[in-house]
Amino acid sequence: MNNNDTFEPTIIGFTCNWCSYRAADLAGTARMKYPHNIRLIRLMCSGRLDPTFVFKALANGADGVMITGCHPGECHYLEQNYKALRRFHLMRRTMKGLGIEPERVKLVWASAAEGRKFATEVGNFVEEIRSLGPLNWGMSNGRSSLDGGPTTIEPAPDLKEVPA
Amino acid sequence: MTANGNKPKFAMYWAASCGGCEIAVLNIHEKILDVDANFDVVFWPVAMDAKYKDVEAMEDDSILLTLFNGGIRNEENEHIAKLMRRKSKILVAFGSCACEGCIPGLANLSPVGDIVQTAFNTLTTDNPNQIYPRTSYDVPEGELQIPKLAPILRTLDQVVDVDYYMPGCPPESHQIAAVVDLVIKVVKGEAELPPKGAVIGVGDSTVCDECPRARNVKTIKYFKRIQDIAPVDPDLCLLEQGIPCNGPATRSGCDARCPGVGAQCIGCYGPAEGVVDYGARLITAFASVIDANEPEEIDRILDGIPDPAGQMYRFSLAGSQLKANRNAWAKEKA
Repeated sequence: MNNNDTFEPTIIGFTCNWCSYRAADLAGTARMKYPHNIRLIRLMCSGRLDPTFVFKALANGADGVMITGCHPGECHYLEQNYKALRRFHLMRRTMKGLGIEPERVKLVWASAAEGRKFATEVGNFVEEIRSLGPLNWGMSNGRSSLDGGPTTIEPAPDLKEVPA
Repeated sequence: MTANGNKPKFAMYWAASCGGCEIAVLNIHEKILDVDANFDVVFWPVAMDAKYKDVEAMEDDSILLTLFNGGIRNEENEHIAKLMRRKSKILVAFGSCACEGCIPGLANLSPVGDIVQTAFNTLTTDNPNQIYPRTSYDVPEGELQIPKLAPILRTLDQVVDVDYYMPGCPPESHQIAAVVDLVIKVVKGEAELPPKGAVIGVGDSTVCDECPRARNVKTIKYFKRIQDIAPVDPDLCLLEQGIPCNGPATRSGCDARCPGVGAQCIGCYGPAEGVVDYGARLITAFASVIDANEPEEIDRILDGIPDPAGQMYRFSLAGSQLKANRNAWAKEKA
């Protein structure tokens, strides 16, 4: 993997409505800076996370996927985050069989009060993915070996200070 | 198979497949006579002599119905897929290979070079002179060519436009008979075709819904291979017994044949209605019923599935979102 210094990973982040999305919100309102490589998608619960979403992200240009949810025992829907945990484990094993580093998918628990933790975890994950290099699924030989090729995800806009 | 210019034309082709689909068609018994009575079979390499150039000489759209089984593994498969698309009004992806890759699609877990090595140079292969296939060879009569392998196997609809899908490995004969009946009715103007892109000859639910076994709330403490469980309860859901049964993700239509006789569903009917990615749905299903909340315990239970990629994508790898192992095309570069 070359050019890791200039490589800006594209990361899709899934947040749950009750904890981790509010953590991200808190990080925003507190103006904590974290890398802009992550694009967040809000779900009602981490238990809503279908592995289809993760594989779709990876197949279509994402370099990593971060799944976030309420801490164990604190799920708004009682125990759905445990399902997310178990899916996460099985997903990573399946990805390994398909030649994808399991580290490209990360699970983070963050409560609504943990804006700082959320921002730090995103920063850490971006660096982890940066060191793994681009995934470029199906894009060897400068062309896609797959049908139609992946749809490219728009590069992230430059980081700007957004008024709260 | 009499030639008759007035009857609509029928064709069947096999690409990267085993031939089981053709046998399933012949298994419709005397119904095959209806096919002959109502269709002019113009091209069916496994059943009759025909040349590609005969098909190439036909007018475009002159074949009413083509059942295409097999995945697209090499140049020849791709050429014929495009040819049959051009010549056919209705092109059906017939069988699991054409629909989602099936067992030949599992070769997408390995680079082409490894596949050739395994076939021609392993302990179990007697090849003392290290003879490997080559795509062209000069003989006194001229140059001989064999089709080049593609980096990965593709499904039919990844290569050409497909009108209908008929999954199954192979499709159940009673389902084939029903589809034959329908097409004959359409030809006679007594019925209408389903909307383009429909999956035909199937149910609209999962194998579990057809399965005769008793189902309860599932709490799984271990996964085991079926041969390691003795005795297997003949009436209880196999998944509840810790046997990785693919029924929850698999489309109905087979009357749950495998679980019905004590073997776990392996998923040959492909993704159930509304499922985008078969393996992803199966991950969801298996993970939901594991009775553990601690990472170590979850890992211990999941160790019972030694080959997760093979388990999740046994029949559906080529048609899945990720389609292949990363190495399958990465090494092609070299």
